[in-house]
Amino acid sequence: MDKIVVENLTLQYEDGTESLRGVTMSIPANAITVLFGPAGGGKSSLLRCFNRLNDLADVKAVSGRILLDGVNVLDPGVDVVALRRKIGMVFSRPVVLPFSIRANLTYGLELMGERNPRRLDEAVEHSLRLAALWDEVHDRLDDPAIALSGGQQQRLCLARSLALQPEVVLLDEPTSGLDPISTGKVEAALQQLKKDYTIVLVPHSIQQAGRMADFAVFFLQGELVESGLGKDLFTHPRDKRTEDYVTGRFG
Amino acid sequence: MTSTGEPRQYRASAGSRLLAQRFGFAVLALMALATVVPIVLVVAHIVLQGAPAISWEFLSGVPREGMRQGGILPAIVGTFYLTLGTAVFSVPLGVAAAIYLAEYARETAWTRLIRVAIINLAGIPSVVYGLFGLGLFVLFLRFGTSILAASLTLSIMTLPVIISASEEALRAVPQAFRTVSVSLGGTRWQTIRRIVLPQAVPGILTGVILGLERAAGETAPILFTGAAFFLPRLPNSPLDATMALPYHLFVISTQVPEMPLRIQYGTALVLIAFVLGMNLIATVIRSRARARRQW
Repeated sequence: MDKIVVENLTLQYEDGTESLRGVTMSIPANAITVLFGPAGGGKSSLLRCFNRLNDLADVKAVSGRILLDGVNVLDPGVDVVALRRKIGMVFSRPVVLPFSIRANLTYGLELMGERNPRRLDEAVEHSLRLAALWDEVHDRLDDPAIALSGGQQQRLCLARSLALQPEVVLLDEPTSGLDPISTGKVEAALQQLKKDYTIVLVPHSIQQAGRMADFAVFFLQGELVESGLGKDLFTHPRDKRTEDYVTGRFG
Repeated sequence: MTSTGEPRQYRASAGSRLLAQRFGFAVLALMALATVVPIVLVVAHIVLQGAPAISWEFLSGVPREGMRQGGILPAIVGTFYLTLGTAVFSVPLGVAAAIYLAEYARETAWTRLIRVAIINLAGIPSVVYGLFGLGLFVLFLRFGTSILAASLTLSIMTLPVIISASEEALRAVPQAFRTVSVSLGGTRWQTIRRIVLPQAVPGILTGVILGLERAAGETAPILFTGAAFFLPRLPNSPLDATMALPYHLFVISTQVPEMPLRIQYGTALVLIAFVLGMNLIATVIRSRARARRQW
């Protein structure tokens, strides 16, 4: 079942940088969809369209539709706050808020008006377990989050977005700054999460793309070149450009 | 030139560069010293000359015998009220303006105009503020010569400092915090109130105190708007005029014949202690916040 459908999406920024041209694709539920390709291809821009984070950027023009469960999220009438609670996001650099570990996790819920301490505690534990961080931090939840290691911080960021019980999780090169062991932990967590969530991942390497992709979409300079099942796309790419990139001839 | 000749030449020039560096450091150190020496001398001189005047009676009494005897309590209290009044008006307005400029306004002709206005506001001589306050608050709005009129006048003078410092403090908060907060379903205002503003508070407070400190030491803006030449009682309402330390110091130094030097220095010492005390508070806040900052 398709969770997100993108129809003929075109996007341009004011300063003329990275843009998207006529992108049409679909993202299935309960699977990991990998968006990959060289830098500047429009992957991050597309992610930021899904949760309307591009509203913060200087977007010159956007056209087309992005349907989340059949509702166009680009519609000006959409409640963006509700939308962003439904679509969690993890960024390439772990950005922990200048609070305790616990307060980082409860931040989004408190914005929604959740005050019940028992429910907040449950959300903290649940989201930390999902992000495979509970065992490492359960006895120091009130320590400043900045004291965690980089890998722990990034899993905290993942947990923080999961605490809102989203339906979709967007990850923009979430392991680009992490060591292989931390990367492994994040990847393992994502493999667990895909049972219940729709996951869209921009990997930081072609190897990660290959490891993680149930479905893969290849972007080049703002255009969607090819999409398909991960195992097909990486072994038998149909497009010459995809093949060149996957086999390491450029990129 | 042969390749073997080069290293020796290089060493020779390295020696002269080291000399030039030492000379440069010495000049810079001398200049740094030149800025410190006057401050130390002024403060030391005032402390030495003024300390004998300081007594409980001087700090808690009213001026007597044409200000040649007694204390300066009305001036101390007056300066305290004026500083407080200035804070009441300028802090909310200044911080709100800074939030608008840093968090909401896009770079347009309108915001450029606001910024130019703020910069120019900072460059206006303080006596012009005094005359402006006289025209607007004292006469036109009929506040009379009062703490209220003087505080408002000082507020306008202080605003640019508070706005600039607050805007800078807000902009120093990493953009990533805002992006994360919004991605978690935060509205712009929630993001400001829960993250940006709390993180910027130490910087804002520092700017506020430095602005108020300048206001506390000013004479010209309160000259026509609220300061009394001689009023040996404490003000009971914001619409009362008041004595104030800087103006009192000016008066007893230039307008009163046979004024004991001791009292003049004593008054200067109290004023300087007031202003440097605020400065010290700002420094403590800043260094504490820096130690505790998580970004």
